[in-house]
Amino acid sequence: MARKVVVLTAIALLSMVAVAFAEANPQVAAAGLNVYFGAVLAAGLAIGIAALGTGIGQGIGLRGAVEGVARNPEASGKITVTMLIGLAMIESLAIYALVVALILLYAYPMATPIAKMIGLPM
Amino acid sequence: MEHPIFFLTKLLEVLGLGHFAHAYPHVTFTWLIMLLLIIFGWIATKAIQLVPFGGQNLFEAVIDGVENFQVEVMGEHGRVFFPMIATFFIFIFFSNVMGLIPGFFSPTANINTTLACALIVFITTHIVGVKFHGPKYIKHFLGPIWWLAPLMLPIEIIGHLSRVLSLTLRLFGNIMGEDLVLGILLLLAGQFLAPLPMMFLAVFTSFVQAFIFSLLSMLYISGAMEHAH
Repeated sequence: MARKVVVLTAIALLSMVAVAFAEANPQVAAAGLNVYFGAVLAAGLAIGIAALGTGIGQGIGLRGAVEGVARNPEASGKITVTMLIGLAMIESLAIYALVVALILLYAYPMATPIAKMIGLPM
Repeated sequence: MEHPIFFLTKLLEVLGLGHFAHAYPHVTFTWLIMLLLIIFGWIATKAIQLVPFGGQNLFEAVIDGVENFQVEVMGEHGRVFFPMIATFFIFIFFSNVMGLIPGFFSPTANINTTLACALIVFITTHIVGVKFHGPKYIKHFLGPIWWLAPLMLPIEIIGHLSRVLSLTLRLFGNIMGEDLVLGILLLLAGQFLAPLPMMFLAVFTSFVQAFIFSLLSMLYISGAMEHAH
């Protein structure tokens, strides 16, 4: 937990200090800020596109299940169980994308080297 | 996001285990769940009768349901694995739901717990396969056509390793994601009871994730027991 707090502080400081260092060393500061922006943008896009694919996939699966129940209402119990299992499988793909987005936001892998590069005490 | 406050961590601080409890909340809350389940089991079987009543009735319904479902999926020779699968189901369901109570933490919201459960399933699958088939177990990895075997072997090995990854990440991502959403809603609009609709969804997805984990373990173990293609 302490390490997470330190890394988060490094990222927050980076975003503030990068502007201050712009006069001192504009190239390095701009590179650090670019990487930060890229990580946040990537996290947002990751979960958005994953939700898109999951929505379409689960909708198609749900359509099959509802058609099956409409055709044969007696089998509704088994069809519902199978549909729920299928939906959980498809949902797990969106969860993988969520884990990647959270890694980008909270466990940003290059925070320490970039902070060292800019010159923060790490 | 600030560091959340957990009841059990505060209690253990009083007892002197503060540093351990702060660093490893998933371990201490797993102990709590173990204690709760042992107490429930003891209460249910304290005065066991032939015609069940009360707590014994509830637990008989749960255990019976899980066992019937398992025999339906795995067949009769899979009955031996019932204690492990039922333990996974009950433990994961309880630990998922525990995270919804304010002041408590889900052990399964930490990747160490879910990785441990997935590794147990993975190792059991292969031990069962070797025990049932002996050295012929390698045929499961070689595919139906013999001259495609050098291609199928790495693909099958990667597929088996990805089972561990998928079991871990599915459970971890679902539970940590839902705890995170509840925490954020609490910070944003807690006084308007904003987390409440999410909590209803969270109870449902907690049950579904526990069910999916135990169902997939059943399928993997029965896949190791059956004959190759």
